[in-house]
Parts: sequence; structure tokens; C-alpha cells
Amino acid sequence: MGKTKLEENEQHVHLNEHGDDHDHHQSFISKYIFSQDHKTIAKQYLFTGIFWAFIGGLLSVIFRLQLGFPDMDLEWLRPILGKWITTTGKLDPEFYLALVTMHGTIMVFFVLTAGLSGTFSNFLIPLQIGARDMASGFMNMLSYWFFFASGVVMFISLFIETGPASGGWVVYPPLSALPQAVTGSGLGMTMWLVAMALFIASTLLGGINYITTVINLRTEGMSFTRLPLTIWAFLLTAIIGLLSFPVLFAAALLLIFDRSFGTSFFLSEIFINGEALPNIGGSPILYQHLFWFLGHPEVYIVLLPALGITSEVIATNSRKPIFGYRAMIGSMLGITVLSFIVWAHHMFVSGLNPFLGSIFMLLTLIIAVPSAVKVFNYLTTLWRGNIVFTPAMLFSIGLVSFFISGGLTGIFLGNSAIDIQLHDTYFVVAHFHLVMGSASFFGMMAGVYHWFPKMFGRMMDEKLGYIHFWVTFVGIYLVFFPMHYIGIAGFPRRYYSFTNFDAFSAFTDLNSFISVAAIITFGAQLIFAFNFIYSIFRGRLAPSNPWRSNTLEWTTPRYPKHGNWPGEIPKVHRWPYDYSKPGSKEDFIPQHIPLSETPESNLPHEQEKVKKEDIKATSSLHGK
Amino acid sequence: MVLSIILIGSVLIIAILVIVYRINSLIDVARGTHKKRASGSNRINAFMLFFFLILGIIAAVWYSISWFDLYHIPVASEHGQATDSLFWITMAVILTVFFITQILLFYFSYRYRYKDKEKALYFPENNRLEIIWTLVPAVVLTLLIFGGLKVWNKIMDDPPEEAEIVEIMGYQFAWRTRYPGNDGQLGAYDFRLIDAINVFGIDFTDQSSFDDFTPREIHLPKGKPVLFKIRSRDVLHSVFAPHFRLKMDAVPGMPTSFWFIPNKSTEEMRLETGNPEFNYEIACTELCGRGHFSMRLLVVVEEPDEFKRWKSEQESWLSKNPDYLVKVPEELKELALLKTGLDKQ
Repeated sequence: MGKTKLEENEQHVHLNEHGDDHDHHQSFISKYIFSQDHKTIAKQYLFTGIFWAFIGGLLSVIFRLQLGFPDMDLEWLRPILGKWITTTGKLDPEFYLALVTMHGTIMVFFVLTAGLSGTFSNFLIPLQIGARDMASGFMNMLSYWFFFASGVVMFISLFIETGPASGGWVVYPPLSALPQAVTGSGLGMTMWLVAMALFIASTLLGGINYITTVINLRTEGMSFTRLPLTIWAFLLTAIIGLLSFPVLFAAALLLIFDRSFGTSFFLSEIFINGEALPNIGGSPILYQHLFWFLGHPEVYIVLLPALGITSEVIATNSRKPIFGYRAMIGSMLGITVLSFIVWAHHMFVSGLNPFLGSIFMLLTLIIAVPSAVKVFNYLTTLWRGNIVFTPAMLFSIGLVSFFISGGLTGIFLGNSAIDIQLHDTYFVVAHFHLVMGSASFFGMMAGVYHWFPKMFGRMMDEKLGYIHFWVTFVGIYLVFFPMHYIGIAGFPRRYYSFTNFDAFSAFTDLNSFISVAAIITFGAQLIFAFNFIYSIFRGRLAPSNPWRSNTLEWTTPRYPKHGNWPGEIPKVHRWPYDYSKPGSKEDFIPQHIPLSETPESNLPHEQEKVKKEDIKATSSLHGK
Repeated sequence: MVLSIILIGSVLIIAILVIVYRINSLIDVARGTHKKRASGSNRINAFMLFFFLILGIIAAVWYSISWFDLYHIPVASEHGQATDSLFWITMAVILTVFFITQILLFYFSYRYRYKDKEKALYFPENNRLEIIWTLVPAVVLTLLIFGGLKVWNKIMDDPPEEAEIVEIMGYQFAWRTRYPGNDGQLGAYDFRLIDAINVFGIDFTDQSSFDDFTPREIHLPKGKPVLFKIRSRDVLHSVFAPHFRLKMDAVPGMPTSFWFIPNKSTEEMRLETGNPEFNYEIACTELCGRGHFSMRLLVVVEEPDEFKRWKSEQESWLSKNPDYLVKVPEELKELALLKTGLDKQ
């Protein structure tokens, strides 16, 4: 029989008081595979995310070969791609679409949602708020394994005979609903939907945990106005995900019904392959609304964590408090709320009522305001700093640069009148790859370089980090900046080749140039892979606080055990951005240092607080 | 073969790099570089950020100016001129912001690089600054929104009564077009009536369908309003005419439309672009399957007189496919013969 309730309670208390830093015995499986430790789960997310990033990148290299060198003989890819190379040595046009679709799906969901949010929310939330672990370790474990299962299904779909889903990452019906419209809409699409259903379950399990943990498990003194901006970002991201992913689930479910059970949610008046289908009354536009109700918040799901990480890294390495802490929180709250009411700007020319178009244009351009505030605050944080260029810092600066470049072009696209011409051209491709893809990717890289010492107890090599940064940063600009020109010239996206149109006959050189840049940029990621794997085993041992940072995770031992802190959890006495405080000898004062220990640097109101605390402490002493 | 060469080559290169890396990191350990708070790399990175800024600006400005004609495609519709000017006004605003913020970002990074003796300024907040950079973007964006709304509402307004109607139907993987003929009304259609010949599914119980004609390419009168009635019979497509700045999805089960005034004839465009083979084209911009990239439709814009002549020369679909007369109800047969001109044969 099991333990009595009392015994359980006692054990629980015991856990809290002594912080189970003692080595409780765990088998290999429960320690490394079905682990409930948030740090291990974070690493599982990270490894899986990196794996998928390489797959997603590789797919883009293959279709960039087609776009940059349409005449190239791709016979040498036959050992890998088999029948997807046609008899004339060309890439099959349907497989090209499958590549584009899978690249998008993998990068958006598996890399920048799971790989970014999954890794850093899991790793940093307990460590930075001062908690032993997530609210529910078990749900957290489930969250990863749902994600893993989703990945397995998606991965297998790459190798099936009819090919993976190929209707674009948005999988608009009727194309995605009808196997007779494109072969990828057969089994491949079914697997896509199954994978996404599992993925959504994973995201929800994770998100509920993040929210609960941040609200309930903060250490003493860690009020919401003392939370590092990373945690604010993760919290808001989880809230967005929790509210929007179920809608995608609904869309996926209805699509499954249309595909398999003869319903007509999205299908109407279709004649295909010589036969008229029985479906009447459905609306493909309905799907678009449901999809983008997640799809647009999704942009912020991948972006906010990156911005949170950047805030932390920029403040730390500028040796300055983040400028406008409250404004940063406010702008993130603004983005969170607005992100739910801008979705139809993806649908200006879908046949949507033009009046709705005007409303969504208005709301869309409003969301640029909080984004602008964030940029200006980053710039002011750098101003008169004392900047240390760690690789993480460089990636953060790169992120801000991409965020500006890509964010500004959004002002064209959010304007429905201008969007008529630019919609679904390479201008859009350039826009979202900079503002969402590259910016979030750089946030993820900044996070890896910054918290690697905490994750693995060792340092990554800086010089390789610099090379990785520079090739990637310059490479990304060389890939995506030229796409603006191609887009202004009207080149549509998802085109296998441009030779059929006189209007799109220019820019063959520029397309080759982009492809070369893309391949080099992808190659540079191998430098990262090497640095990452090598440093896990052979990197220099990490000092306890390598970046001289204020947040709580740096008060843990080099290899934090299950429970994070040996002994008591540190209490928090100040906000996380006391960098270069006047009067202080060091240029940083960690959050767990009481104000009473730093009289030389306390601000007047802080000095008042110290006095009050003194009185309280003495009175309570007398009381005893 | 090529694949194995690439594989062997990359293995070799990686091996060499690993050795170089190992030697380098040993040298670093011997020198104790990592003990410094900011090594020499800090200065190098700061300078490189600055160089990147300068080189980037030069490259972007140079390319934008010297290749302007390549990416700026001439506009040939009235509303297109309005959206274009909106585009360039927005561009001016955005470039200003772009240059200011990027220059500050890289300049600050370079200027305030780490120095041992210096200390950063403790500057956590300033409400006045926050208010300024909330309000300024808000005002600028409001102006852009109003500019956009005005143009958008005009474009999306109801088409003029006299607009020339053209139906464009997308299917995998081409476009078909249908004109209403002399009666000015397109005949009804039903997707269940589609067959190999009657690709539109024209309903011949509707008398306005008798004189509809279906040319291979679109002809439009210059300077006159034109209404595109757009539909699809299988998956989503999107009608995109880059020179007319026109785009609208073709949705199965939900007809859409777009009206505009083409204001340059094909001949005039040939002169303007200096390309004697210039043609207006329509492309598909909503992913529709294997042949998505090949859905080309030609558009010819002519002087109104020429257009009238062309239109009068077109024979109706029914007159080309007299077999379908059996589908016409008895009481309308006579009218059908009259309208199609089949009665004269």
C-alpha cells in the first residue's frame, strides 16, 4: 500500500525545507529520458529544436538550389531524394512545394515555438523566479514527449511515398483537403494534422505550467515588478499560446472532418478531376480566419521570448539597467492584447469584406507603436553603456537590427491599399523572415550562448561564437535584404520557377546570389553545432557568474541538482537591473543582495525601506 | 559521385578546422585571455559593427539607385498610381526611421564599447522620453492609416454601372475568361454543369448566357472602368496583374471581384518600357498545386475603338458549340438561335 497522506505531507515539507539537494537515486531513464526536472526537459527541447533547425535549414537549401540555379542538374541528389528528382535531373515541382511547406512548419512550430519557448521557459522560469521546479513536473514531462511524438510523426511524413504536406505552412483548404488536388494532401497531410494536434497538446501542457509556476512559485520578495523581463515575456507568450492554439486545434479538427468524414466546413462548389464534389455551403475563408487567429499571435509567440532574452542580455552586457522596465512590460502587454485582433491583415485580398479590411488595417498599424517603444528602449539601454561583446550580446544586437528592418516593412504590408500589390510576393517573405524568423532565431542563439554555462557548467568558445555570429548576421542580410527588391517587382512566393512570365524574367543573378548566401549561412551553423557539442564535453569550466549578471540562476551551483539550490532558496530584495549603480563598487548587484548590505549605493527611497525593515526586524526579535 | 566528393571534402575540411581550433584554444589557455573582462576581440567586434553599418548603407543605397528600373515596374491603372504614391510616401517615412535607428544601434554599440576605467550610466527610466516615443510613432502611423484608408475605400467602392464585365475563372492550372456579350449580362453557371467542353458550367436555361463569349486572352478598353468577376472551380487561386496593381483571390463557392481603370494601352507600354514584346500578364498568387507557377493569362489593353471592334468580332460560346442547344429550354430556343446568330446558317 502507498503512504498515508500525512507521510506524504511530511515528505513535501521536508522537500521544501531542505531543498532536496541530496542525491536521491534515479535510474538513467527517469533522470535523462522521462525526466521531470525542468532543466533536463529544457535541454531535451533544446537538442530537439536544434535537430529540427538543421532539418528545416537543409530543406531550404534544397529549394534555394532550385530557385537560384534553375538549370542545375540535380542528379547528384538522387541518392537522397530518389524519385523526387525527375528523369531530367530536376526537382519535382510538387516536392518543391512540400519542401517549402515543411520548411515553414518546422521552423515556425518545432524550432521557434518549441525550441525557443520550450527551452528557455523551462530552463529559466524556475531558476529566475527562485523555484525548485515547475508547478507540475509530470505535465512538463508530458509536454516534451507530446512534442517528441509530434516530431516523430512529422519526420516520418517526410519519407512517405506521396510526400509530406505541400499546401504551404498555412495549409489552406480546399488544396489541403483534396488528395486529388496535390499528392501531398493525401497521407502526408493526414500526418501533418496528427503531428499538429500532438504539438498543440504539448504547447498547452507546457503553457499551463509556465503560467502557474510564474504566478504561484515565485520566491519571497520576487514581486511581479521585480521579475526579469525574460519571465514577463515567457508568461505573456504562454498566455497567448493558451488562448490561441485551441483555435488552431479547432481548425485542424474541422479540416480532418472535411477530409475524412465528408463534412463541408471549408468546401463548396468544387469540380476537380472531372467530377463535381457533393460539398456545398462551406467557406475556405472560415478556415483562414481560424488559422490566422492562431497564426498571427503565433508570430508573437516566437518573437516575445526572443525579445525577453534580448532585454536580459543587452542589460547585462551593456552593464546598464534596461531602460524603461515598466514601459517594456507595458509594451509587451500591449503587443499581447493587440496580437489577437490583427489576424485578418493576412486576408486583405482573400475576398474579405473591405470594411473589415479597414478595421484590421487600423489595428495592425497600432501594434507598431509598442514595437517602436521597445526598439527605442533598447537603443537607450545601449547609450552610454560599457558594452561587452559576448557572442550572446552580438546576437542580441543583431536581433534588434532585424527587428527594425523587418518590423518597418510591416508598415507597408499592414496598409491594405499597399498590400494589394505586395501580398504573397517576396516582399512578404523578406518581411517575416527578418522580423519573425531571423529575429527569433537570433534570440534563441543569444539565449544559448548566454545560458550555456548554466545549462552545462562549461563555457562555449567565444571566438567560434564570433565567427558564427558574423557569418550568420551578414549572411541573413544578404539573403533577405535583396528579396525586398524582388518583391517590389511583384515576384510571387512559392513559385517553382519564374520562366513562364515576362514580368518575372529579371533578377536571375540576384536569385543565384541569394542562394549562395543562404548556403553559406547554413554552413556557418555547423560551426555552431561543433562549438555546442564540443563545449558540452570539453569546454572550459564555467565560473559561477560568468557574465556578472544579477538574476537568481547565477546563485546556483555550477551543476544545479534537482531542486536547483542546495539549502534555502534565496530571497529577492531588489529588481534585476541594478547594473552600474552609482556608489556601488562592483558594476552589478544581484537580486538576492539585501538593501541593508549596500548602503553606499541605495537610492533615497531604498534607504527609507532599509530603516523600516530594521525596525521590523528588531521588533520581531523583541517579540520573541 | 558529386555527393560523395562533397561528403569527403567536408569531412576533410572539418578535420582541419578542428585541429586549428584545438591549437588556438590551447594558445588561449596558455595566454590566459579569458581572465580579462573584455579581450581584444571586444574592440574588433565593435569596429566590425561600425564597418557593417557603413558598408551596409553604401551597398543598399547603391543597389537601390542603380537598379531602380529593374524592380520598379511601371504602373498602368488609375488606382495603381494612388497605391504607388502611398507606397513611396510610406517608403520615405520608413527609410528615415530605418536610417536613424540602425545608425544609432551600431554607432552606440561601437562608441560605448567596454573600457576598463569607465562605468555605464545608471539611467533606468525617463517618462518624458517614453511619452515622446510613444506619441510620435502613433501620430505618424495615424497619418499613414488615414492615407491608406482613403485609397483603400476608393478602390473597394462599388464599381461604376457602365463597367466592362469580364469573368475570370481559375482552375488547376490555368485561367479562363468569359465576357457577357451584347446584353451586358453574364449567364448563370452551376458547377454541376461543368464537363470537358462546358468548362464554365454555363447554365443554358438562363437566356443571358446565349451571347457570352470566352476568348483565350483578355482584351480591355483603355481609360474605361473594368470589373473583374473572379471565381474558382477547384482550389484557391489568386488573380494578380502586377502592372495594374491588382490582386484578388479566386475562391470556390464565393465569387469575388475587383474593378479598376487601365490607363495605358499595351502599345503605349511597349513604348514606355522600350520592349516591343511587352505584354500585360496575370499570374496566380495563391498556392494551388503542381502548376501554380505556370498559370499565365495575357491581357491586351486597347484604345476603346479597337476594343469595340474586337468585341464585335467575337463569336458566342454557344455558336461555337451548337451541340449544347439541346440544353436550352424549348421556349427559349428561338431567342438562342437569334442571339448566337445560328439562325442564319
